Amino acid sequence: MELLNIDNITMKFGGLTAVNNFELKIIPGELIGLIGPNGAGKTTVFNMITGIYTPTINKIYFQDRDITGIKPDKITKVGIARTFQNMRLMDNLTVIDNVMIGFHLHLKSNLASAILKFPSYVREEESIYQKSMELLEKVGLEQFKLEKAGSLPYGQQRKLEIIRALATGPKLLLLDEPAAGMNPQETKELMGFIQNIQDDFNLTIFLIEHDMKVVMGICKRILVMDYGVTIAEGNPVEIQNNPEVIKAYLGVDANYA
Amino acid sequence: MKKQNEKILTILALIVLGILVYLAENNLDAYKLRILNLGAIYITLGVSLNLIYGFTGQFSLGHAGFMAIGAYVTTLLVLPPYYKEMIYILEPLAWPFTVIHAPFIVALFLSGLFAAIAAFIIGLPVLRLKGDYLGIATLGFAEIIRIVANNIPRVTNGALGIKGIPEFTNLWWSVGVAVVTIYIIKGLIESSYGRALMAIRENEIAAEVIGINLTYHKVMSFTISAFFAGVAGGLFACLLTTIDPKAFMFVMTFNILIVVVMGGLGSITGTVLAAFLFNFFLEYLRPIEAGFNIGPIKIPQIPGMRMVTFSALLLVVILYKQKGLLGGFEFSWKGFFQFINKLFKNKRSSEGSTR
Repeated sequence: MELLNIDNITMKFGGLTAVNNFELKIIPGELIGLIGPNGAGKTTVFNMITGIYTPTINKIYFQDRDITGIKPDKITKVGIARTFQNMRLMDNLTVIDNVMIGFHLHLKSNLASAILKFPSYVREEESIYQKSMELLEKVGLEQFKLEKAGSLPYGQQRKLEIIRALATGPKLLLLDEPAAGMNPQETKELMGFIQNIQDDFNLTIFLIEHDMKVVMGICKRILVMDYGVTIAEGNPVEIQNNPEVIKAYLGVDANYA
Repeated sequence: MKKQNEKILTILALIVLGILVYLAENNLDAYKLRILNLGAIYITLGVSLNLIYGFTGQFSLGHAGFMAIGAYVTTLLVLPPYYKEMIYILEPLAWPFTVIHAPFIVALFLSGLFAAIAAFIIGLPVLRLKGDYLGIATLGFAEIIRIVANNIPRVTNGALGIKGIPEFTNLWWSVGVAVVTIYIIKGLIESSYGRALMAIRENEIAAEVIGINLTYHKVMSFTISAFFAGVAGGLFACLLTTIDPKAFMFVMTFNILIVVVMGGLGSITGTVLAAFLFNFFLEYLRPIEAGFNIGPIKIPQIPGMRMVTFSALLLVVILYKQKGLLGGFEFSWKGFFQFINKLFKNKRSSEGSTR
């Protein structure tokens, strides 16, 4: 059974077709990459999966359940988490708070017991704190737990955003350009980190990335988009030798290159 | 410091506060008591507005409307029935209101409840708006409440207002309500729900994508905020002993907004401080209006001079402290003792250097 089944979706903004007939089936445990030149419609695909946009035509299924047009918070609840291309952390909140927020959607205590600090709530809060600390330790951010998230270096913020997404307990993790703005050393660490969390959390990962080293290095299957259309699909070697892909990226006919 | 110790300290502080209230009630004149009462009511109003604006980031200008609802509900419940017959001169009071009667505490609670119900009903559609648009929509709501109050004389006695409301509000009530408000709103802010509210303030899209139900949390915050505004409205009516729709014009909301912004958005401590400073300065600056001398220059009597000076003070605060007097700072026992320790150490080290 597929984890995610995107059935030929199309997204139109007025007269502009941002994504045209996008089709993808993701099997549990896969690590898939989505690449393409700027403006190809990659982030739009993510926005449709996470409910920020509703596809104009056709539907998306998650574990055989139709999730088209469901609100983003409900989609996160069924098990799809994401990060953003231009990080969206809660800059003025502490690092630990940023992670703890990720656990809020699974909170069992009701509002009254949270306000009046009933023992059941205090216990739940304590366990959320412990789990958040474990996540922070995983990325080595535990010593910054009381710093404001906005004051962390760029690479650390990226990691924080990823573990915040992990805190929601996803089955499918969508990463939108996780290596953007990282130096080669950080990028290398990130690749190891992504593979580690995939094993540790039993995740399926779907990522957008411009850094070819990352995509070719960790993804088993790659999709290439250009002008809203999927132009190629295959393993890294196939993609590297695909004339359509070379044309899209270099803008010349492969024969002349 | 252990949580247990902090609890004991808080209880001790409350006992001290109780003694202060007792002393004030027995020793101060009516004028000073009025200022203190208003200060305490402004704390309730400010802290509740801070919840929706400072912590949840939703720019709401509807507080005067919720206050008005609370003030009228309390008034109609605490006025003795025989007295109601006397004051509704233009048109007689409509039926259920002629007979209903409740003790002050029940009236206050119902005031909050009705304000909260109103907030829930208008919050659902209106909280989809963002920023200035939300501000305008909630301001519109407050104006509607005021105009409705003006035009249903069979309930509110219209523009004539209601006079002779029993003066139930004293410092025990106003300070007590302020303490309860702070306790509950602080409890909310420091819980997982509070984190969710602040996440919405920081970044709405990110908050939604990590699974926070925006509508639920915004409406919850708005409703709780309105509840306390309604209770404060009830206290307000029973302090002034007279209400009319004009008391709940935009200026009222604006005053609360000044308190919240001056104290610092997202700081309960700041709101408490600003609420007192606001009421204190409004009265303290009164002599300025009477005219006075600066050396040889004679300043004549100018009505309204007090407000001009006050605005100037406000400008200075905002110019030098953009985030309000206390910014995001919050009082804690831990911080308090660290501060005391520091003072002590500085003293000791300076003593050491003189030797």
